Amino acid sequence: MGIPQKAIDSVNANKIGLKGPLMTPVGKGYRSLNLALRKEFDLYANVRPCKSMEGIKTLYDNVDVVTIRENTEGEYSGIEHEIVDGVVQSIKLITEEASMRVAEFAFVFAKENKRKKVTAVHKANIMRMSDGLFLRCCRDVATKYPDIKFEERYLDTVCLNMVQDPAKFDVLVMPNLYGDIMSDLCSGLVGGLGLTPSGNIGKNGALFESVHGTAPDIAGKDMANPTALLLSAIMMLRHLKLHEDAERIQNACYQVLKEGKALTGDLGGTAKCSEFTNAIISKL
Amino acid sequence: MSLLTRNVCRALMQGTYMTHMGKGVHTTSVNADKNVCYAPHSISTLQSSSTEGRIKCTLIPGDGVGPELVYSVQEVFKAADIPVDFESFFFSEVNPTLSAPLEDVVNSIARNKCCIKGILATPDFSHTGELQTLNMKLRNALDLYANVVHVKSLPNVKSRHRDVDCIIIREQTEGEYSALEHESVPGVVECLKIITAAKSERIAKFAFDYAVKMGRKKVTAVHKANIMKLGDGLFLHGKIIPASPIREDDRGQLLHADGIEPQSVRCHGDPNLYGNIVDNLASGLVGGAGVVAGASYSAECAVFEQGARHIFSGAVGKNIANPTAMLLCSANLLAHVNLHPYSRMIKNAINKVLTDGKVRTKDLGGQSTTKDFTNAVIHCLT
Repeated sequence: MGIPQKAIDSVNANKIGLKGPLMTPVGKGYRSLNLALRKEFDLYANVRPCKSMEGIKTLYDNVDVVTIRENTEGEYSGIEHEIVDGVVQSIKLITEEASMRVAEFAFVFAKENKRKKVTAVHKANIMRMSDGLFLRCCRDVATKYPDIKFEERYLDTVCLNMVQDPAKFDVLVMPNLYGDIMSDLCSGLVGGLGLTPSGNIGKNGALFESVHGTAPDIAGKDMANPTALLLSAIMMLRHLKLHEDAERIQNACYQVLKEGKALTGDLGGTAKCSEFTNAIISKL
Repeated sequence: MSLLTRNVCRALMQGTYMTHMGKGVHTTSVNADKNVCYAPHSISTLQSSSTEGRIKCTLIPGDGVGPELVYSVQEVFKAADIPVDFESFFFSEVNPTLSAPLEDVVNSIARNKCCIKGILATPDFSHTGELQTLNMKLRNALDLYANVVHVKSLPNVKSRHRDVDCIIIREQTEGEYSALEHESVPGVVECLKIITAAKSERIAKFAFDYAVKMGRKKVTAVHKANIMKLGDGLFLHGKIIPASPIREDDRGQLLHADGIEPQSVRCHGDPNLYGNIVDNLASGLVGGAGVVAGASYSAECAVFEQGARHIFSGAVGKNIANPTAMLLCSANLLAHVNLHPYSRMIKNAINKVLTDGKVRTKDLGGQSTTKDFTNAVIHCLT
């Protein structure tokens, strides 16, 4: 087990990657490959745009948020130990360097994508020093971008408001665990992980991926829904500044979903993966 | 006749008891007179409550709109002639100079065994540089380890989701809320999350006991043990009690599922921070912080407070906050101290007001004030 050296070399040379879901065997001894990739390429920011799509019926129809999650430290530092029998201490690590980096990224992202507002999600009333540091970094960076509105919200308040009125939010930036929770929550609002793209941005390149499971039960049956991976690829094109191509594919994809004639099984249709793909190609 | 005598004796004994307590002498004697007069009729449902004497309860109005909501509760209690006396303390972290000392409040709650509490604001920075918030101190001092929030769709409250009905049980004395943090070198902060076997087992037992008592079918443990293998792993391990149905949900998936189909009847058991998140998320599903009641329990006492803790500072003094959550808290308090008829009375009144839908506060899409709503509830008391 491990990442093949060829794959590592390839990403290092190309500075960009697109990846399908990877299966991590449950049990001890295996480090998740996703985690290994994150470490290898120092992918410090995870970006997940969640946007309501026409044709996908959910309880929410006005969602358009982007979650930006710090990906390297925080609660996921992996530093834990049992002090005495029955007492475990997990360390949440927050550093100024990583916080500044992700905050900077969030504002640059907001600016490039013409977003209006960045919300820092935190719990600094409880974790006053660690989340306090994260918040301070966000505030510092915010002063450099006066055109973009900056606000601070408690994690619990964001959860409460998000399920009531997602239109209140635009770009969210937060430490690791909160990002994990919020990004999955937002995906849930627009129809699930099968429909949301994800990008990991790092110093040594960027990796775009679909974050849903591997669904081994339908593997090889031409039944899976490729939307998440396709939208991730579109994100990748945008990252490479190929905006026109991205726009073309995105429009085709949205149109097919809207028409609802060639939907895959998970969206209540009967089309095969290849039929869905062909429908998109015909709309290009 | 013997019944009458017994009632008189009991009332007298209570009279002396109350005098000894130094409060409510007058009210008690009035009460005693009543008992004498109506003794033959008092074998009603209210007998236990009216003859057991008055109940003392600690009251913490809290910050933000807390005092306004608590006032609403007091008005309703007065109107319904409920035999509960409040022992009020101004307790606040944002106004430290005006706040009653922690010991006094703790002693009062420990003595009365019950308390109604508004929301305490927790600022990002402490004046004294302390990491522990006043809320944490109070919880730790009283060992209020279990927080229970029953999130249930209310009649005629507009929300996207229907038929939500889940109970969220949260461990609230350790975990992320340990307030143990330090800056190892400048720019590098460590924050400790403590999970102990003893407390995990205690909350697990509480959750299952509660589920059995409320006739629930499933307990979901919410965790992130795939990442925090030791910490959340220990929490999860504490949950595994033989012969109990248990399903482990990755919290990401859980939230995801909650966002889509929260109708399934659930009883959650969560470590501290996760509980806080799920509480708020679920409250959002049924209409917001203004309509969800909660309670914190120790082995000895119970503190009734709103399920989603927001001070709603933007509404202070505007008379627009929704007192539903606080009134539901007070009804739960009454049930807790065995005044079930009164508890039912308040709950029915709230339900009636909500079902009629004529009086709605701003958060539920109406224009009525806190006062209007309170009066409507009082009007519906039967």
